[in-house]
Amino acid sequence: MEPLPGAAPPQPSEEGLSRYLAGTFFLLPAIVLLGIWLLYPTVYTVVRSFFGQSGYLGSWVGIDNYRTLFTTSTLVTAIKNNAIWVGVVPAFVTALGLIFAVLTERVRWAVAFKTVVFLPMAISAFATGVTWRFMYLQDPSQGAVNALGRSVHEAFSSPGVLSNALPSTTSLQNHGGALVLKTPLHPGGVAILGLTGIAPQDMPSGAKQAVKPAPKSGDVEGVVWRDFKPGGGKPGVVEQGEQGIPGVTVELRDSSGKVVQTTKTDADGSFDFSGVAAGTYNTGIGASTFAKPFGGYSWLGPKLITPALLIAYIWIWAGFAMVVIAAGLSAMPRDVLEAARTDGATELQVFRRVTVPLLAPVLSVVFITMIINVLKVFDIVIALAPDSVQSNANVIALAMWRTAFSGNNDFGAGSAIAVFLFLLVIPVLALNIQRFRREV
Amino acid sequence: MSGTSGGSRNRSVRFAATAGLIVALVAVAAGCGGGSNKSSGGGGGTTSSGSSVSGSVKFWGIWSAQEQKAVQKVIAGFNQKYPNVTVTYTSKGDNIPTILATAIAGGSPPDVADVAQPGLVKQLVQQGHLKPMTYAKSTIGANFSPAWANLGTINGKLYALLFKASNKSTLWYNVPVFKQAGVSAPKTWSQLLSAASTIKASGTPAYSLCGASGWTLTDIFENIYLRMWGSTKYNDLSAHKIKWTDPSVTKALQFMAKIVGDPSNITGGASGALQTDYPTCVDKAFANPAGGAMVVQGDFVGLEILQATKAKANTGFNVTPFPTITPGADASAVETGGDLIVTFKDNPAIEAFVKYLATPQAAEIWAKLGGFGTGNKNVPASIYPDAITKTTEAPLLGAKSVVFDMSDNQPAAFGATTGQGEWGIFQKFLQKPSSITSIEQQLESSASKAYKSGK
Repeated sequence: MEPLPGAAPPQPSEEGLSRYLAGTFFLLPAIVLLGIWLLYPTVYTVVRSFFGQSGYLGSWVGIDNYRTLFTTSTLVTAIKNNAIWVGVVPAFVTALGLIFAVLTERVRWAVAFKTVVFLPMAISAFATGVTWRFMYLQDPSQGAVNALGRSVHEAFSSPGVLSNALPSTTSLQNHGGALVLKTPLHPGGVAILGLTGIAPQDMPSGAKQAVKPAPKSGDVEGVVWRDFKPGGGKPGVVEQGEQGIPGVTVELRDSSGKVVQTTKTDADGSFDFSGVAAGTYNTGIGASTFAKPFGGYSWLGPKLITPALLIAYIWIWAGFAMVVIAAGLSAMPRDVLEAARTDGATELQVFRRVTVPLLAPVLSVVFITMIINVLKVFDIVIALAPDSVQSNANVIALAMWRTAFSGNNDFGAGSAIAVFLFLLVIPVLALNIQRFRREV
Repeated sequence: MSGTSGGSRNRSVRFAATAGLIVALVAVAAGCGGGSNKSSGGGGGTTSSGSSVSGSVKFWGIWSAQEQKAVQKVIAGFNQKYPNVTVTYTSKGDNIPTILATAIAGGSPPDVADVAQPGLVKQLVQQGHLKPMTYAKSTIGANFSPAWANLGTINGKLYALLFKASNKSTLWYNVPVFKQAGVSAPKTWSQLLSAASTIKASGTPAYSLCGASGWTLTDIFENIYLRMWGSTKYNDLSAHKIKWTDPSVTKALQFMAKIVGDPSNITGGASGALQTDYPTCVDKAFANPAGGAMVVQGDFVGLEILQATKAKANTGFNVTPFPTITPGADASAVETGGDLIVTFKDNPAIEAFVKYLATPQAAEIWAKLGGFGTGNKNVPASIYPDAITKTTEAPLLGAKSVVFDMSDNQPAAFGATTGQGEWGIFQKFLQKPSSITSIEQQLESSASKAYKSGK
């Protein structure tokens, strides 16, 4: 530790020496603590990274651990993901923070707005991760994000009444969502349209024992029923104990596939197309019956997990950026803005040519802080990403912890990852320190 | 807390689960003479040499809360025979592998520890940290079938005693859903498949899978492989003497594809299952209305059902052994996991304690309290407090064919790391069950890498 410039004369007099000693004495606790808690672990980690899994004795592996770092697919994914994080988050957070800060200057409820935007900072990243994980759940009845998607989706198309139903035999085939009986029928024929995969609680109310209608000349008749009874029953046969499905829209299609008549089934599942002209027809159940409800996006799946994480992380940190930038904004000389406006600059021009350049030092502090934060990101990934996609969502800090402590207990490789992360952070830190020096 | 390690957390969930299940069931069963009267522990008599042994034993374990109370009772039972030995048990929780690793690095391991990962035991033996317990061989031989003694034998020497065992070869089912579909508990593989397709037709997905927790998928594969090819081949595969590209693996994966291959018969489909962790899949299957009919997992599921759902034993849920696949001696082989007692030091006090843990008296003290399974053949099945526990734990007693959870027994980089190695690759399999060849290649390359670097 260097003594303060004023406290160290070139040739220490008696008095100067004692002041020097006093300074050292007061610094001693800090030096000891830093030595024990920072310096020693750092050195130990660097040394440990050149040894294998089993410890010091006879397990010198040289730079093998570092080689693993760049050849193991999960670690490479982690490095790539960290690059994405660094590329996206600082820029977005700074930009959003700037926009919020500038806009809140002009709204009435600025304090309330700022509080709301800043609030996520008050929540631990872990809790945020857990919360967002619930919000991202795929099932729209559980995940808020997909619930929003469902209400938008349902504004345009509503799900069918039997969206889970399946044909009970292969004689029913899928035609663009509709289930159509393969064998063509002539007037006087009877269509047997059996469905399974319908849970009892999903059956329309008022269903009665299914009845297979007797053929009637000039009519095409049939039955739609839940072709299931405990034990399974015989597929394709209307049996005692199997219920008709009422209210299903049945279509009669001519040989070209055009729908010529539609009707609805009765309580016993039967239906009747009367006055059918001679010819061959196909009967089927309309596609709208089976329209699937909005299934939700797989936010927590392997493809969307990193974007999902980025959104949650930006949501947390935008408030921080806003507060810091707003502070810079309030310290800005107003007369410069006024002068620009008097000279006829538009608001956009003022923003771009005056506000942003004057705020540049603050913006770069936010930007650099975010780069460091993002390089070390860990907690939100482990809390938000389900185990099945953690290798897709992996980041360096998480990979380090997984290798060193979770299952593997490979302190050697774990240390190597830690050293690598340390090396990545150092240049950014150096930049930051340089800035502080310049400002002081 | 839920963010801690994949491996140890899941393990602990399993054991804690096994534990609580029976405790809870005992409470439910009420009336069944539950007194904490352990003086009936029998086996007194031979205490003559007991008081001549003295010393102290530092014992670290994962058991906490209820389990810690139970282990203290076991220690009290030991002290009746050896009053001059002081056993100090400290609960180190789920993170015991890490705590042991650091304690060893710092040069102060405990005398005795309980470890849930056989792979870790093997690693500790290879690194020369453990002491063989040859002195306990005859006691273990008298109480356990050779298959159990083998579980603790590494490089021909006995290093570990599986004191507290769990049964991972079970299948839990939703009784009302089974009734509605008109199917009964499957005993064979073909019965399982036909029951599953009937259940699907009845409108409920047959399988509730916890795909987000990779170990649940490897557990299913392991049970299939074990009951298809028997314990010898199983052990060869887990020691990587058989390659993962072996035709036996192909066939087992084909069988597994019959479970994971039909997304419409899985709760939430494959992608939903991959976001469902353990125990959420259990909660879904036993919710009302039921999200699924079956959870193919070990004995630890029972507690979760009792704690998180309203389903009651026998009327709401029930359990049956994993279906048999290939008839023969290994048709009902059991996959087990549990807490292995290992020793870092050697002295008469430690020896006496380890030997005591291998006796039926020690096992009975805990079995009566609940949450405990054992392979000790001299423990009667009647010790278990209720029907569910009997179904899950009785197959262990004296079981002749018993193996460890394969993924526990492999290097952790392959068998026990979240999202990577075996766990991660089986999740890919659930995503794309048609890609058996590619899955096998990935498994093989990941396994051979882990086995190489493990040395």
